[in-house]
Amino acid sequence: MGAQLRVYRRRIRSVQATKKITKAMELIASSRIVKAQQRLDASLPYLNHMLEAISAAATGASDVSKHPLMANAENRTRAAVLVVTADRGLAGAYSSNAIKEAEGLIRNLADKGITAIPYVVGRKGVAYYKFRERAMGGTYTGFTDQPTYAKAKEIGSDLLDAFFTSAAEGGVDEIHIVYTHFVSMVTQEARVRRILPLEVVDEIVEKSENPSPLYEFEPGPEAVLDGLLPRFVQHSIYSALLMSAASEHAARRRAMKSATDNAEELIKTLSRQANQARQAEITQEISEIVGGADALSA
Amino acid sequence: MAELNVAVVSAERSLWQGTAKSVVAKTPEGEIGILPGHEPVLAMLVEGPLRVEQSDGTKLLVAVHGGFFSVSKDSVNVIAEVAELAEDIDLDRAKTALAAAQAAGAENEAAAIRRAETRINVASVAKGLR
Repeated sequence: MGAQLRVYRRRIRSVQATKKITKAMELIASSRIVKAQQRLDASLPYLNHMLEAISAAATGASDVSKHPLMANAENRTRAAVLVVTADRGLAGAYSSNAIKEAEGLIRNLADKGITAIPYVVGRKGVAYYKFRERAMGGTYTGFTDQPTYAKAKEIGSDLLDAFFTSAAEGGVDEIHIVYTHFVSMVTQEARVRRILPLEVVDEIVEKSENPSPLYEFEPGPEAVLDGLLPRFVQHSIYSALLMSAASEHAARRRAMKSATDNAEELIKTLSRQANQARQAEITQEISEIVGGADALSA
Repeated sequence: MAELNVAVVSAERSLWQGTAKSVVAKTPEGEIGILPGHEPVLAMLVEGPLRVEQSDGTKLLVAVHGGFFSVSKDSVNVIAEVAELAEDIDLDRAKTALAAAQAAGAENEAAAIRRAETRINVASVAKGLR
């Protein structure tokens, strides 16, 4: 076998091996998207019940807008930005989109005179900030493809601690979260949400058939609200993590699908070239034989 | 007789749903029992067992680790951050966790100790019932 042909065959084998890996990753990612979505759906009843309870408690409490988690500080100087990225690569532009969005937000905040401190979820984001030697408020890694509530709670309590510390002592006045919204299997977009301070939305309650009952609060409406709101914040973080996990898998599936398609394309071209080389070799051998026979008979 | 519609949801999923005769929960101010026709209540829950007597008389025990519950018009919603049905609790694992937490020092592991104790408590009571 000629040298040329051997090189082609070797490359085909290597591309085939890569294709097997990307194909497997594609399949794994597709099954995990569904699982992540199911987890997101499963967390919705909790959110709905909690929203009901919060609106009831807010109606019962005396002045909601003065609540520490809702009050808008006059002079805001520092903000925390929670960036949700992936632990592993091979997910297309998933992590870099989230980081880009976060950097945009940080620049916007800087224009307003607010220093932003990144809190980073996922090894990719951590690597980005570490490489640039930028200080991070907190790093959380190792769970981005299957986030649990316990992890969200850990992040949430860190952020709440920072929020309750005054800016002069290293605390923050605002908390933003950058996550990737799962629009559909093919579209995911990085989004920014401010989770603290909470915004009070005065809902115009329509006269429904089931008016919200007058609750008896135990221990008291303010205490109940104090307990509910941090949990709401933690749940917001949890659902952002779940949403990002679904997006991460969808991004990985798409990246791996195009990798598999490219591998197929490459194999096609390479086998064509290998066939040509084989043909050329045969042609050459024949002409050599014919040439040799001619030389003998002459 | 009127019945209570009970839903127990944790942050990660909806745990249990059904009708019940009574619900007993633990709030910071003590235990509170809910029967059909109870006035609307929104209360905090502390770590402890939640007892539900189902319509058919069987008792359901849930280990609740902090959260809320609301009662309105004979429907009871238990919103717990973390909750487990008694039958889902791994008693041995909880015991190991308790021992590990106690060994690590009572101060920083207070929450873990309370969690493990609640689990053990609920699981053993449930065993006694069966």
